[in-house]
Amino acid sequence: MPLNIDQDVQRFRNIVKGRVRKDLKRFMSEGEMIGKQGDKYVKIPLPEINIPRLRYGKNEAGGVGQGEGEDGEKMPGDGQKAGDQPGEHEYEAEVSLEELAEILGEELKLPRIEPKGRKQVTATHDKYTGIARIGPNSLRHTRRTFQASLQRQVAAGAWSPERPMLVPTREDMRFRSWKAKQEPQSSAAILYVMDVSGSMGKEQKEIVRLEAFWIDTWLKANYKHLETRFIIHDAAAKEVDRDTFFRVKESGGTLISSAYTLIERTILDHYPPEEWNLYVFQFSDGDNWSASDTKICMEMLRDRILPKVNLFAYGQVESEYGSGQFLQDIAGGFSDDERVVISRIADRSAIMASIRDFLGKGR
Amino acid sequence: MPNVATTETVLHRAQRRLPANLEEQRLRILAIAKRHGLDTFDTVFEMCDYDEINMIAAYGGFPVRYPHWRWGMEFQQMAKGYEYGLQKIYELVINTKPSYAYLLDNNAFVDQKLVMAHVYGHVDFFKNNCWFAHTNRKMLDQMANHAVRVRKIADAVGESATEAWLDLCLSVDNLIDPYLIHDRPRGDVQPLDADLITPQSFRLPARNHMESYINPPDVLLRQQEAAEAEAVKVRGQFPASPVRDVLGFILQHGKMRAWQAELLEIIRDEAYYFAPQGQTKIMNEGWASYWHTKLMTEEILDDSEVIDYADHHSGTVVMRPGQINPYKIGIELYRDIEKRWDRGQFGKEWFDCDNATVRREWNRPPTADPSEKPGWTPGKTKIFEVRKTHNDVTFLDAFLTEDFCKRAGLFTYEFDKKSGEYLVDSHEFADVKQKLLFMVGGRGQPRVSVTDGNHGNRGELELTHDHEGVDIQLDWAQQTLGNLATLWGRPVHLKTVIEDKPAQLHHDGRQFTYDGPKPSGKAKG
Repeated sequence: MPLNIDQDVQRFRNIVKGRVRKDLKRFMSEGEMIGKQGDKYVKIPLPEINIPRLRYGKNEAGGVGQGEGEDGEKMPGDGQKAGDQPGEHEYEAEVSLEELAEILGEELKLPRIEPKGRKQVTATHDKYTGIARIGPNSLRHTRRTFQASLQRQVAAGAWSPERPMLVPTREDMRFRSWKAKQEPQSSAAILYVMDVSGSMGKEQKEIVRLEAFWIDTWLKANYKHLETRFIIHDAAAKEVDRDTFFRVKESGGTLISSAYTLIERTILDHYPPEEWNLYVFQFSDGDNWSASDTKICMEMLRDRILPKVNLFAYGQVESEYGSGQFLQDIAGGFSDDERVVISRIADRSAIMASIRDFLGKGR
Repeated sequence: MPNVATTETVLHRAQRRLPANLEEQRLRILAIAKRHGLDTFDTVFEMCDYDEINMIAAYGGFPVRYPHWRWGMEFQQMAKGYEYGLQKIYELVINTKPSYAYLLDNNAFVDQKLVMAHVYGHVDFFKNNCWFAHTNRKMLDQMANHAVRVRKIADAVGESATEAWLDLCLSVDNLIDPYLIHDRPRGDVQPLDADLITPQSFRLPARNHMESYINPPDVLLRQQEAAEAEAVKVRGQFPASPVRDVLGFILQHGKMRAWQAELLEIIRDEAYYFAPQGQTKIMNEGWASYWHTKLMTEEILDDSEVIDYADHHSGTVVMRPGQINPYKIGIELYRDIEKRWDRGQFGKEWFDCDNATVRREWNRPPTADPSEKPGWTPGKTKIFEVRKTHNDVTFLDAFLTEDFCKRAGLFTYEFDKKSGEYLVDSHEFADVKQKLLFMVGGRGQPRVSVTDGNHGNRGELELTHDHEGVDIQLDWAQQTLGNLATLWGRPVHLKTVIEDKPAQLHHDGRQFTYDGPKPSGKAKG
C-alpha cells in the first residue's frame, strides 16, 4: 500500500543522490565508502545533510552516567558517550550499487555497454506466477488458503465474527505454481591482473582497489551476471581471492608474460568467449624484466588475448620505482586497436579520469 | 489533495480498528487504570503494520504532516533499525483529545497489553500535567491544516523555494522560549515617557503635616532623575529586555514575504506544541513506566506471560553502563517519592537528621491529609500531585536526593581531550545534580536570546548566548547564523564565549566572520 511518506522518502533519496553526484570526485579518490560496502549497498558518510542548529559541541557538554567506575577513570561501557539525541552521529546514507552506477554513468558520461554481438546465452528460470489447487506443502500459499476457507464458510453460513475461527479443509488448499521461462542472459567476467613485485607500494595498491570498485560497480549495472577473477604476478603468476589480491606483498622480479599465460588459460578453462563478455584490467607500474619478455607479451596479447575479449585495459599506476616503459610498448603496438585502452594514473585524484578512459568506449 | 487524504484516512481507520480480543483487553485495562486513579482522555488505539508505524513515528506521531525530506530520512533510519532488530517502537501516543495511540500488529499479545497500560499512563500525564495545559489538543487537525497550507504555498511559489525556506526555518526551530505559553505578553509594560516625568509622579499620598516626612523634596528629585535616565536608556533599546523566543521575534519584525512568514509561523507553532514533551521527558516516561509496571504485575498479567513481560519490561528500563535512561530514572524517582511520603521521610526534621541508620529506619507516617482520597496512601497522593505540578527541572530539583543518587550509582563525566575518551568526573551529589539540571533544563540546547533588534542602528539582529560553561559548536553555528541572516533579511551577530573568552560571530548573508579565540581542534563534533 502506498504511504503518504513515500514522496518524502523519494525526495530524500534525490537529495542524497545529488550530494553524491556533487562530491563524486572526492568519493572516488578517498574511498571511505568502500570500507562500508555491503552486498547491494554502500554507506556514504554525509554529515552535511543534517539541518544545522545552534547546539553544544559533541564533546564539550559531558553528562551524567550510571554504573561502576571511580573519579578520573574511564567511563564504564565502551568509553563512548550516551547518544540518543538525533544528529549526534554523522549521517551515513545508504546508496544502492545500481544508483551509484547510474550516478557514475551520468557524471562521467559513460555510454551503456552493448553486449557482444555473438549469440546470447539463454537461461531457464522458474517463475512463480500462479496459484494451483494441488502442490507440495512447502509451496502452500497461506493467505489464499485462508481466503478460500473463509469464502467457503461464509457461503455455508458457518462463519461467526464473534468467534472467528477458520479450519481450512483439503479443497481450500492453495499452492504457488510456476512456469519455466527462457530469458536471454548476458554474462560478463572481469580478470584483474596486478603486478605485485616490490616496486608496487601500498598507495599504488590502494589506487588499484578503488579503480576495481568503480569498474565492478559499472559493469555490474550493465550485465545481469558478473564474475571477477584476480591474478597477481611477479616473476610467476597465480590466481588469488579478492582479499589477498589487494593485500599481498611480494617482491622480486616481474615477468608480465607469466600473467598473460594465466589469463589465456583462465579464459579457455572457464569463460568460453562466445558465451562471455570478457574484460581484462591490468595494473602495473610499468616495469618488465626484459625487452624480450615484453616482445613475447605483445605477441600473446595480439594473437591470443585480444581476439577473445571485449576490452583489454592497461592502467599504469605511477610509482617512484617504476620506469613506465611497458605503457609505451603497449601504446606503440596497439594505439589504434579499439579493444585496448591505456590510462596513466598519477595519483588518487586521477582515478576519475582513468575510469572515464577505461569505460568510456562503451565496450 | 485534502479530500483524498481524508478518504484514505477513513479507509485506514476501518482497517486499523482493534480486533475483538484486544478491544476486550483495552476495556479491562482502562477500567483497572481508572480504579487506580488515572484520569485519561478517550484514547483511540489503531493497529498498524511496521511500515505504517515507522511512518507515523517519523512524522512525530501524526499521520499527516507537511511534505519534507527530513521525514523520509527518519523513516529510512527507523525502517533500517527495525529490520536489524535494533529498534522496536514500544509505544507511540500523541497528546490530543481524544488521544491516538498505535499498536504494532505483529507484537505479541502480552506486549500489546503492556503498551496499552503504558499508553494510559502517558495520556493521564498529558491531560493532567500543568505544562501541557496550554497545548493544542486538536493538533491532529492542526497538523493536517499545516500540510495543506504548505502544499498550497508550494503550488504557488514552487517546491524548491518552499523546501529551501522550510530548511531555514527548521534550522532555528530550537530557538524558542518553552516558558512563553505560560507567560502573559510583556509588551504592554511601557517605560515612562521622559517628558512626562515630574516630581509629582512619585509623590505618595500624605496628610499635610506629614508631607515633608513622607515626600521629602530632595528624594522626589532624585527619583525623577533616576526615572528620566532609565527612560532615556530604555528608549534606545529594542527589545526592551532579551527575548528568548527568537523565532517569534523574527516572525514579528523580520523582513520577509507573506508566504515565508506563513511557513515560519507553522514551524514555530509545531515547535511550541512539542516543547512540553521535551520539558517532561523523564517525568512522562517515568510515570507511564510506573503505571504499566503496577497494572501489569498487580492485575493484568496471566501467569504464562510473566517471563515475556519481565524480559520486555527490563528491556525498556535497562541502564547500560555509563548511560542514563529517562524511563529508569523517572520510575525510580516516583517509587522513591511514594515510599518517602508513606514513611514520612520529608520535612525539616528529616532533612536535618544526619544519622544514616535513623534515616534508613525512618517510618513516621504523616497524619492523613483531608484532601487525600479515601484509600489513598500519602505516597500515592504525593505522586499524583507531583505529576500534576512539576516538570523535569523542578522534579529533579525537588526529589533527587543524595541517597537516591548513591543508590543509583550516578556520576558526571567529561570528555578528556588528551585521551579522546570520556572520563568519570565526579560522584559528588551536588555535581551530579547540577549537571543533570543543566542537561534537562536547557533540553541540551544552548540558551540564546535576542538582545538587540536594531544593532548599530542598522536593523541588524544581535543574539546573545547565555554561556553556561559549555561552548557551542562553531561549524554548525556558522551555518545556522547564515540561515538566520537569510530569515532576518539583514546581518546577524551572535555573542558567545569560546574557550573562556568572549567571542562574536557575524554573518551578513554571504559571508561569515569570527572574532574570538581559535578553538582547539578536538572540539569539533
